[in-house]
This record gives sequence, C-alpha cells and structure tokens, in this order.
Amino acid sequence: MNTIIGIIIAAVLTNNFVLSKFYGCCPFLGVSKKIDSSIGMGAAVIFVMICASLVTYPLYHFLLEPLSLGYLRTVAFILVIAVFVQLLEIVIKKIMPPLYKTLGVYLPLITTNCAVLGVTIMNIDENYTFLQSMVNAAFSGIGFALAMVIFSGVRSRVDDSDSETPEMFRGIPATLVAAAIVSMSFLGFGGLGQ
Amino acid sequence: MESYIYPIIIFIIMGVVFGILLTVLSKVFAVKTDPRTEQIIENLPGANCGGCGYAGCADYADAIVTKGAPMNLCNPGGTGAASAIGSIMGADVSASEKKIPVLHCSGDCNVTERAFNFDGIQTCASAKRFYGGTGACMHGCLGFGDCAAVCPKGCITIKNGIAAICTEECISCGKCAATCPNNLIELRYAKKKVDVVCSSKDFGPAAVKACKSSCIACGKCVKACRLGAIEIKDFHAVINYDKCVSCGLCVKECPRNAIVKK
Repeated sequence: MNTIIGIIIAAVLTNNFVLSKFYGCCPFLGVSKKIDSSIGMGAAVIFVMICASLVTYPLYHFLLEPLSLGYLRTVAFILVIAVFVQLLEIVIKKIMPPLYKTLGVYLPLITTNCAVLGVTIMNIDENYTFLQSMVNAAFSGIGFALAMVIFSGVRSRVDDSDSETPEMFRGIPATLVAAAIVSMSFLGFGGLGQ
Repeated sequence: MESYIYPIIIFIIMGVVFGILLTVLSKVFAVKTDPRTEQIIENLPGANCGGCGYAGCADYADAIVTKGAPMNLCNPGGTGAASAIGSIMGADVSASEKKIPVLHCSGDCNVTERAFNFDGIQTCASAKRFYGGTGACMHGCLGFGDCAAVCPKGCITIKNGIAAICTEECISCGKCAATCPNNLIELRYAKKKVDVVCSSKDFGPAAVKACKSSCIACGKCVKACRLGAIEIKDFHAVINYDKCVSCGLCVKECPRNAIVKK
C-alpha cells in the first residue's frame, strides 16, 4: 500500500502513531488536559514531523547510505532533528512571534520525541520516495493531532468526574484506562484500505 | 579502518557545523527582551495563580510591558507589588484594593436542616449532583468544604455546617469562588461591610420553609437603601458593591436577618 491514499489512511487511522503504535505517549498523556493545548501540541507535532522528514531524507539517501553508514541513522537523525528544530525555534521567535506563541512552548518538548524519530525511520524502512515521506510525515502528524484532540475531549469528562472515580483509579490510572478505550476504538479501523 | 574513521569524521563535522550554525543564528536572530519584564517578574509573588487574568506572573509582566496592561491587577502582591511595578514602569499606580471572599449563605446548622444524609463521595460537587445537595435549601452552602480544599492558604474551615472564611491570610486568588458549585462565594472589596447572606432562588414560602435566615425577596431593603444599591434578583436581594456605602440601613430593615454587617 505505497499509494498516497494508502499512506494517508494508514497514517491517520489504521496505524495511528499514538493509538496503534504507542509512539509519543508522553505528550499524549501530558498535554491532553485541555483541548487548546492539545491542538497546539498537535500542530507542533505536524510541523516538526514534516521538518524532520524534510532534513532526514536527504541526510540518509545522500550521506549515510552512500557511505554505508545506515546503521548510524538513529544517532544521526536525533542530532539533525534536534538541531533543526532548535534552529526553527530561534528563527520563528524572531520572524513570526504569533506562531512562536502558539507552537513555541511545545517545540522543545517534541524535539527528540520518539514519534518524530519514528516517522523518519519509518520513511526509510518502508522505502518511501521523497513525496511519500512528506505525505506520511504530514498525515502521521495529523493522526497524532486527531488522537490528541479526541483524547483531550474524553479526558475532560474523566477529570470532571474525578470525585466519583474510586480513589485507587483517580488521576493517571483513570486516564490510562480512558486512553486504552480510545485506542481500542481505533482498532475498529483495522483492515481499512488493504 | 575506514569503517571507523568515516563515521567519526562525519559526526565531528556535523557537530561542528551545527554548533557554529546554532551559535551564529541565535546571535543573528536574537530577540530583544525588555529588561523591565524581568524586573517586574521579580516583584510579583510568583504564585502563578492567574487571578489577574493572564496565564501566570511572567505572562502578566509581559502584558504590562508590551501591551500596557493595568499595573494593579495582582491581588496576592497587593500594594507592594503594584507600587514596585509602578516605579519600574515610571508611572503612578493606585494600588489594587484588597478583595476578600464573602459567602452569600448563612444556612448553618442552627437555621436550616439537612434533607437527607449523603453517603457518597464527600465533596460539595458530588453532593450537588445528587438531587441538588443535602440541605433543605438546595441553593445554600453544602458544607463539604470544596472551597476549603482548594484554598492555597488554608483560610477556609467548615464551621457549624457552612464555610467560615478567615480573611486575614487571604491572597484573593478567587479559587474558592470558582470552586463553589452553588456560586455562593464572591470577591468584594474588603472595605465594604454589608453582605446579603442568602442566595436562595426559591419563592418566599418555600424559602421560609427551608431556612430560618433565608431572603424572601420582600423588598424592604430595596426601599430602605437610599442609594439604590440593592435589587431583587432570582428571589433574593443582591447588593451592588459599587454603590453600597456600608451604612447598614438595610440590615436593620431585614425581617429575616439575611443581611448582615460585619
């Protein structure tokens, strides 16, 4: 399923990064308390995933692969992504303050997040072309944002009834149970587009 | 040997290039921050309570410098913080007046009764959800102490079935007012003295039945007030604190002791 539509369906629904692959659970649980912040975080993840794929694709195919250093890609990718995101943060802060205000706080959080590294390595493993990598990155980010927004809605209901939750489940345990149920609901998309 | 040397060389080059790149760019794109912002942050209490309406002390400081936000919004900082900010910004500030929370209910165990015992989770919020609360009056203080639980200074205690607010330690953060499921707590200027201590939305006879000190919306206080500061809303009297001069005429007039002067 290397067609563009297949990639899109896989990235957003069937192989959702958070709910099916369990990448990026830390921001998923940490920043999903409010819908506003989860949208901000989702936007930042989309942004960073696209940027990360943009730099790692040429890095791998024009530098690491010709020198048969493919086994070092994890280290190289982390280095490059971290630098690139840092760089973007500095530039955005100066050039586009409003964008920095919305994304700024979240950028450092996801610089070296496994979801971001995961998408770049997946691009390599699946032998995607440049275009396919970019589509995969963008829609993996959108899938992440979708999961974040849905879950923050669920979570606000869970948190609202905190006083009625049995004490041993209160807080993180109840949140994890809710996350598992949301994740199971995404299992319903399994088989779609195959 | 080559298989060792190439990666090392490549990573060294990458590291150096990136290091230089980041250093140069951070210099080129350096954003000038106003030193006054830092100074203001130092003079704010740092409680990040959000009482000023901004996302925290740093955000408020930034808003003062960049957007010209009012300098006397910080309640916890009070006069000290306001005048410090004023001297940093080079402007005179009339200090923020201290606000204290008041409970618009006097339905303690002496004047009203419980309609039933509640065995669920012992918080106001969950009791409220269960048939509107345990009290005979479903608009009054529930007495499970949700406000006491959120008060960062521990000023609130539950005495005789209702919340008792000690205002000396209060930092006017307003968390208690936001928590109360019946919206009984209001922040008002500390210098005002007269409060309506009932928020019953029940019609007169029902209010009488529920509580001995309930407001029955008779309107005597409205007539007694020379300044027109009192009006009847939702079957109880409400004082407009902007007009009230704490003269206490309404207190004498009230047949139900639902208005008190402190």
